[in-house]
Order: sequence, then C-alpha cells, then structure tokens
Amino acid sequence: MKKKRRLNECRRDRLRDLAFLSPSVLGVAVFFIAPFFVIVYYSLINNPIQHEFVLFRNFSALFRNSAFVTAAKNTAGLSLVAVPLAVVLPFLLAQLLECRIPLKSQFRTFFLSPMMVPVASVVLIWQVIFSHNGSLNDLLGLFGAGKIDWLKSQYAQLVVVTLFLWKNLGYNMILFMAALNNIPGELIEVADIDGATPWFKFRNITLRYLSPTILFVTILSLINSFKVFREVYLLTGEYPVESLYMLQHFMNNTFASLDYQKLSAAAVLMALVMVVIIALLFVLEDKLGKDVEG
Amino acid sequence: MNKKRLFGRGMLTLLAAFFALVFLLPTVLTLSNSFMTQTEIAANYGAVFKNAAGSGKTYISEKVNLKFIPDKVSFSQYAATLFKSPDYLFKFWNSVRLVVPIVILQVAIAALAAYSFTRYRGKMKSFLFFFYVILMLMPYQVTLVPNYLVSDWLGILDTRWAIILPGAFAPFSVFLLTKFMRRIPQSLIEAAKLDGAGEWHIFTRICLPQCRSALYSIAILVFIDYWNMVEQPLILLPNAEQQPLSVFLSTINAGEVGLAFAVATVYMIPSLLLFLHGEEALVEGITNAGSVKG
Repeated sequence: MKKKRRLNECRRDRLRDLAFLSPSVLGVAVFFIAPFFVIVYYSLINNPIQHEFVLFRNFSALFRNSAFVTAAKNTAGLSLVAVPLAVVLPFLLAQLLECRIPLKSQFRTFFLSPMMVPVASVVLIWQVIFSHNGSLNDLLGLFGAGKIDWLKSQYAQLVVVTLFLWKNLGYNMILFMAALNNIPGELIEVADIDGATPWFKFRNITLRYLSPTILFVTILSLINSFKVFREVYLLTGEYPVESLYMLQHFMNNTFASLDYQKLSAAAVLMALVMVVIIALLFVLEDKLGKDVEG
Repeated sequence: MNKKRLFGRGMLTLLAAFFALVFLLPTVLTLSNSFMTQTEIAANYGAVFKNAAGSGKTYISEKVNLKFIPDKVSFSQYAATLFKSPDYLFKFWNSVRLVVPIVILQVAIAALAAYSFTRYRGKMKSFLFFFYVILMLMPYQVTLVPNYLVSDWLGILDTRWAIILPGAFAPFSVFLLTKFMRRIPQSLIEAAKLDGAGEWHIFTRICLPQCRSALYSIAILVFIDYWNMVEQPLILLPNAEQQPLSVFLSTINAGEVGLAFAVATVYMIPSLLLFLHGEEALVEGITNAGSVKG
C-alpha cells in the first residue's frame, strides 16, 4: 500500500516536471526540430513536386554554385581573422584592467558600451568615417595617402573586422576578467616562490584555468562573426563588393527565389560544419585544461 | 623603483583611456550630432551623403567635418522626427511590438524549463540540455530556414508572429537560467519540500526570487539582441510597413540625413537606459555564462 502510494507520488512528480518543461520543448520541437528534419528531407530530394531522392546532388550543385562558394569563402575568411582577434585582444584588455589602474569600473563600462548600441544607430558614423570623402581618408591624407572608398576597396573585410571587434571586445573582456579572478592566488604565489618564469606561469596556470573561458569566447565570437552581415547589409545594402558577399546574403537571395532545395542543402551543410567545429573545439579544450576541471 | 612603477601604471592608464575613447567615439558622436540643426548636418556631411542638402541652396563644406560640439544646440531634428516624419515613430513602435513580447515570453518559458532542468536530472535530461546548447550555437543561416518553413505552414509569414514565436522559444535563456538555478543551494529546496511546499510554490517563492538579478540580466541580453535584429525581419517580414527600425534606419541615408542622428539616438535610448541601469546585473550575467559546459 505504502509502496504504491510512493510510486504514485513519483509519477506525479514526473508529470509536474513535464509540465514545467513542455512549453519550451514543444516550442523548440515545432519551430526548430520538426522543420529541420523536413529540411534534411528537402536537401535530399530533387523538387517538392516529384519527391525523388537524389542523395547528394543538391550538395554538389551547391559547391558548383559560384555565389555560394564566394559567400562561404568570404564568411570563413572573415571569421578566421575576426575570431582569433576577438579572443586575444579582450584577454589583453582584461589584463590591462587588472593592472590596478585607476577608474577600472568606468573603463569597464566604456569598453562594454558598444554592445548595447544597435548597429543601425552607428551606421551613419561609420559611413562618415569610411566613405570616399570620409574622415579616415582626410586623416590619412595628412600623411599623403590617396583617397579610397574603404567599404568598396580591398580593405573592406578589414573594416568589417574592425566594426566586429568594436562591438564584441567588451563582452569577451568581461568573460576573461571573471576567469582571471578565479585563478587561485596561492597557486601563483607558490609558482613565484619556486622561481617560475612568467611564460611557465602563463602556460601552466593561466592558460589551464582559462581554457573553458577561451573555448566559450571562441564559440561565441564565431557565432557573432556570422552576424557581421548586419553591419555589411546596413552599410552597403543587398549588393556589396564581392569580398563582403556573406553567406547571409546568399541565403537572402535564395529566399527571394524560394529555391527550397538550395536553401535546405545550404542550411544542412552549415549545421554540419558548425557541429564539427564545435566538437573539435570541445576536444581541444579537453586536452588543454583537463587537470583543472572537476 | 616606485617612480618607475608609477610611470608604468600611468602609461597603462593612458592606454586604457585611448581605447575608451575609441570605444565611446561613435556613440558619443551620434548623440552629440543629434543636437545639430539640419543645415549644420548638411554642411558637415554633405560630402558623404549626396542628398543631405535636399533641394535648396545650402552651404556644403568640401571636407567632412566630424564634430563633437554643435555650433548651435537645437532640437530641430527631434521636432522634425516627431512631427514631420511619423514613419520613423511608426517603425520604432514596430520594434517595440516585436521585441517586448519576445523578451517576456522567452524569459518566462525559459524560467519554467530551467527549473525542470535543475530539479530533475537524468540521462534524457542531459541529452536534451546538450541538444539545447547545440541549437543555441546555430547561426541564423541555419535556423532561419526552419523558421521560414514553419511560419509558412502556420500561415503567419509576414506577420509579426513569424518573428515573435521562434524568438519566444529560442534556447539561449534556457541555457543561461539553468546555469543560474543550479547554484541555488539544494538544501533550500529540500527544506521547502519538507514543509510541504508544492513544485509551483518552490518555483515561484524560492527559485524565482533567488535569481531575480539573473532574470533581469538575461532580459537585457535578449532585449539588446532582438532590438538589433536585421536577419529575421528581412526574411520573415518582407513587408516594409511592418519592419522594425533596426532595418528601416539604414534607408534614411537616401534622403533625410538631417534627421538621421536624432532617429539613431532615439533608437539607442532604450538599450542605453537598460544598460546603464542594469550594468551590474548584466556583468554578473555575462560572467556566469562563462563556459558552455553544464
């Protein structure tokens, strides 16, 4: 009798738990998971009318599509430059603020402030700075440099990386500041007594303790680097110079023509690439920081 | 020795001040320029924005003139925005109507789910949580295609629900809140349970008050993210009438640069106020999100 009651209680707990979880799970299932399976299906058939399986033909078509290849290359190239910088620079900034300089919390606020500024609000200033008749050219002109239209030049990607860093450095810096404060002080003291070199301390203490944060910042920056489409779109519109043609531009154009096969194949491919990259980063972090966790 | 150290710290402070200037410049310039008269804007930036001057005969300086302090402080830009171009106000209202429901729904649904993820754990749960993390890390280029499909099925494409509903179920808040709730001492919950409190009671009376600052910081983060949205409305809300200001603002350059800085400032104000008011909570929130692992 008692046992039965217990069982009932257990079941009731389960049901209650489900009640808490179900709004979220249902929503995620309806808006993300179910349609994602449909997309996987779409990426494998020839068209929505005949439903004939063509396996990887949509994917190989994608690789032969010059717009996609350009977009993928540009996006990858930009991320490859932007992400490492978005990890290293905030780390240095965090170190700078931890050097017991005055007005530390004010500096923190200033560095963090760009994250709250909507891209649309500062686009004007970027245009004034980077356009052909802009301030940057005037400034460089003092040193005798010629005028260029930065966002249409070969340096366009560099400009976008700068804008990306401007927006994201503060956020990443906060993460590093917290992680740096979590390193036990005694550990460094002991190392100092043992006469450890700064490089040894950095390699064996700082890096180990920071590795989960480095992983997090890397993944976060990677995802944010895909969002530079916002800056590019708001600054240069739907048709930027070739070097700024991002994957999101490609998706927008494909949405416009509603080519489901192309769209699905691109989304599935991108999801796979992301999963692989994230898995690799996880493995790497596991190797770097395995002694600290636990 | 001491002098040397003081000098070093002075240099570091200068360096930090330099960075702070760079980080603040675009925001401050936008703000201060919004108090210039339209003629002054035309004169200063006519070299960049071809249509700045409108039709009349206005003086345009040959070089751009990026200035901090207006010649004459005026609210004419704001007045013009308010009374002559209701379009911008309308788009601002669009932004509010999109973002506020997303923030409320996402945080509410996430709080329920996070409670479940915290209270009962099992193999299924950890798998589900892992899945949420992966989903959270997917860029828009992946998730917009499923979102589009579902919106199409449900017939809500081109209505604001096409953006609100996927936003409401986005797993970002679930992830962050779960991390917070796992820090609530189990003993608190056990004690309440012994006193005969039900799950709902524990959730509303113990769990939620304990992570009040977390809820606030997550709400700010979600707000900032969606206030800045560009990708989703371009695809899910192609009707220009309905688009938020974050997309519409960029079209301003075509004709009304004289207003642009005021509109940009108005658009910045909600997130600016949230940022200034909730900075401590925000920093704490970012810090606690410091690693991707459970």
